[in-house]
Amino acid sequence: MSRRRDDYETSMAFRFLQWLNGESDTLSRNMEAREAIVRPEETFEAEAAQKKAYGEELSRLSAENADKRAVLRARGIRYFQRFYKVMSVILCIGIILVLLWTVAALPPTGGADNPANNEVAARYIEKGLQETGAVNIVTGMILDYRAFDTFGESCVLFIASCCVLVLLRLDADSKDESVRKMIAESDDRLFEPKNDVVLQKCACVLVPIILIFGIYIVLNGHLSPGGGFSGGAVLGSGLILYLNAYGYEKMSRMFTEKIYKRTTLCALTFYCLAKSYSFFTGANHLESGIPTGTPGAILSSGLILPLNICVGLVVACTMYVFYTLFRKGGM
Amino acid sequence: MSLVQNFPFFSIILAMFSGILSSVLSGRKARNLSLAMIGITTLLSGATLAFCLRTGESYTYMMGHFPAPWGNEIRAGVLEGLTAVMFGVVMFLAVLGGLDHTAEDVEEKKLNLFYIMIDLMLSSLLALVYTNDLFTAYVFVEINTIAGCGLIMIRQKGRSMSAAIRYMIMSQIGSGLFLIGLSLLYDVTGHLLMSPAKESVEILAAAGDYRIPMLVIMAVISVGLAIKSGLYPFHYWIPDTYGYATPTASAVLSGLVSKGYIFLLVKIFYRVLGYDHVISSQMANVLYAFGVAGMVMGSVHAIQETDTRRMTAYSSVAQIGYIYMGIGLGTPSGMVAALFHIFTHSATKALLFISAVGLYEVSGDKKDFVSLRGAAYRNPLAGIGFAVGSLSMVGFPMLSGFISKLLFATSAQESPHKMLPTLFVLAVSTTLNAIYFLRLVITLYSRRRAEDDPIPEPVNAKSSWKLKLAILCFIGVNLVLGMASQPIVQAISDGLGMFD
Repeated sequence: MSRRRDDYETSMAFRFLQWLNGESDTLSRNMEAREAIVRPEETFEAEAAQKKAYGEELSRLSAENADKRAVLRARGIRYFQRFYKVMSVILCIGIILVLLWTVAALPPTGGADNPANNEVAARYIEKGLQETGAVNIVTGMILDYRAFDTFGESCVLFIASCCVLVLLRLDADSKDESVRKMIAESDDRLFEPKNDVVLQKCACVLVPIILIFGIYIVLNGHLSPGGGFSGGAVLGSGLILYLNAYGYEKMSRMFTEKIYKRTTLCALTFYCLAKSYSFFTGANHLESGIPTGTPGAILSSGLILPLNICVGLVVACTMYVFYTLFRKGGM
Repeated sequence: MSLVQNFPFFSIILAMFSGILSSVLSGRKARNLSLAMIGITTLLSGATLAFCLRTGESYTYMMGHFPAPWGNEIRAGVLEGLTAVMFGVVMFLAVLGGLDHTAEDVEEKKLNLFYIMIDLMLSSLLALVYTNDLFTAYVFVEINTIAGCGLIMIRQKGRSMSAAIRYMIMSQIGSGLFLIGLSLLYDVTGHLLMSPAKESVEILAAAGDYRIPMLVIMAVISVGLAIKSGLYPFHYWIPDTYGYATPTASAVLSGLVSKGYIFLLVKIFYRVLGYDHVISSQMANVLYAFGVAGMVMGSVHAIQETDTRRMTAYSSVAQIGYIYMGIGLGTPSGMVAALFHIFTHSATKALLFISAVGLYEVSGDKKDFVSLRGAAYRNPLAGIGFAVGSLSMVGFPMLSGFISKLLFATSAQESPHKMLPTLFVLAVSTTLNAIYFLRLVITLYSRRRAEDDPIPEPVNAKSSWKLKLAILCFIGVNLVLGMASQPIVQAISDGLGMFD
């Protein structure tokens, strides 16, 4: 005589059906299955009176089991975490050793016959001044020989500031109540030290000097060490110092979000158009018609000076915007 | 030089310029500009492709007045043109299909920022495809990474923030390794442009100099780009990233971004490191092993998921595994299969993400299996789109997935040591794919039961024409790839021939 099977709930077929219908998730199903194997068999054998005792016993046991399982699990996690830490340290040491080994096999620093001392560097050094008109050959390299890369880099700065805007700009006329509350709370204009005499007097002396120095670095990028990136950083720090000393109210007389947007737009647009022109003429072997001027004069080296100004503006604006956004989520 | 040859450069600059311009536009205008720009760049890429097919050779384009080892350069050939066209089409349809959801998910004032990210993402993808200069590739990898992060976190709800952080950390590790590889390569070759770098690599290999650095360079560049494209053991950012971003972002990230990195890796293998050296240094075998593991494990993870979007995301892990397996086979036909699968996967995965949107719309925006039961009856076109995508992933004849599986299987027969494992894993992975994709398709086409929770009335019961159009076009792309595959496969192998 065959016994009717009452374990359909634990059978493969039922589980497959459940999974197909999307009613179970894998983890919880496994846990149920484990308990179900113990329980019904014993209840089936036992009599009614024993059943109750068994039930109590079972629930006690399963509670104990659950405790034990929890302990085991916690221990497992602990072991895993320890293992994980050890393994990551070993992996890092391994990578460090491999990279050090590689460095040992590289050509010695500054060797005269290194592969990097080839015709590329030679032409940059020997002909750079004639071809680009820039006394500072580094600027000649980044803004003339490899200007496309530098345009990409300015776009990296631009998109990075866009990302920070996405993250940190709070919308003042947002419909969300919590956002408006957050703006009110994070607005630290109210707590600004408005009359910090020491800071203001120092800034009064320093800010003009810093700004002029920044402009000098940008404008002389093709003549002396410096250029758009470093000069822009100096300009940006000057703006930040002024903001700290005199507060947002005075700052917004000369620098607002609108001005930031327009400056960045104009700088990048000019860069894009000017360089497109020069790429186009270069690739099609046309004369660009941009004079390189007398090397050493301030108005020389063709497009490099205006491009330096563009890069400087973008860098200065990006630095200032980062500072204001991280401080209070708006300009 | 004819005007057509300027088009790759025009399309990159156009994409960057419209990104810059979008910063002062309103969200709506930025959106229209973005769509127009994607359309125009796709046409330009199409013209480039036609030009290269007609002349039968590739050409380099000087970016400026200075020739190869001194100035920047881009390069266009049949393969680049084809990939650029494909990327453009998928990007256009992904943006079009997710348009309404983007407007919902993104704050109105930040909408133009979203389209800045899309524009710059396209420009970086095009630059990765066309570049002939290693450092240009790195700069645009950076733009790509940051834009990807922005696309994920612009939906400032739920877990997208942690997903973006995870993506950023993993992606930055990848970029860092790639940069280490490039600087080592510059140190031993002295070149950043691909063609002269390859010449020096050949000379070094012939003389047997710098063996260890060359091996490490190969490993570091491969691993860096593998992390960024989500090869199996480095895939942990994928499910969160694709699962919690806004639909357009999911489609773009899964369909295009990881493919851009893989294309760059293939280009570096062929045009800088030399594919023969990659094979002889066992690097191809390593990629093969990881690819095979990914094919199985990605599917296993996908089976365990209850959230359908995360399931689709895990399926990407498996499909990326297919591509790396093809690269690792070490034969030209394996590479052709891998490149064809890049197209297949970008078209199909974007179709799945976009058509799933139509199904969530009618299921109260829930993404689990129970809520989705019967959704295909409530939104028939989205149901058909999802079914077509699933069947294509499983490898149903007439659809693109079938052709890629066929190409993988035939190319496996050319490499004797890898034939058996490849065929075996292909069979296993196809079965696993069928288990989780067809399960969902069956769920979509089964009647709702009485005890299921009632569905909340959808806000907009009818999905917009843009979504429908995008789904239809995606299905069309899939059918074209599946039924007219011969010229495409021919073009890919011609293009690979031009890489040397």
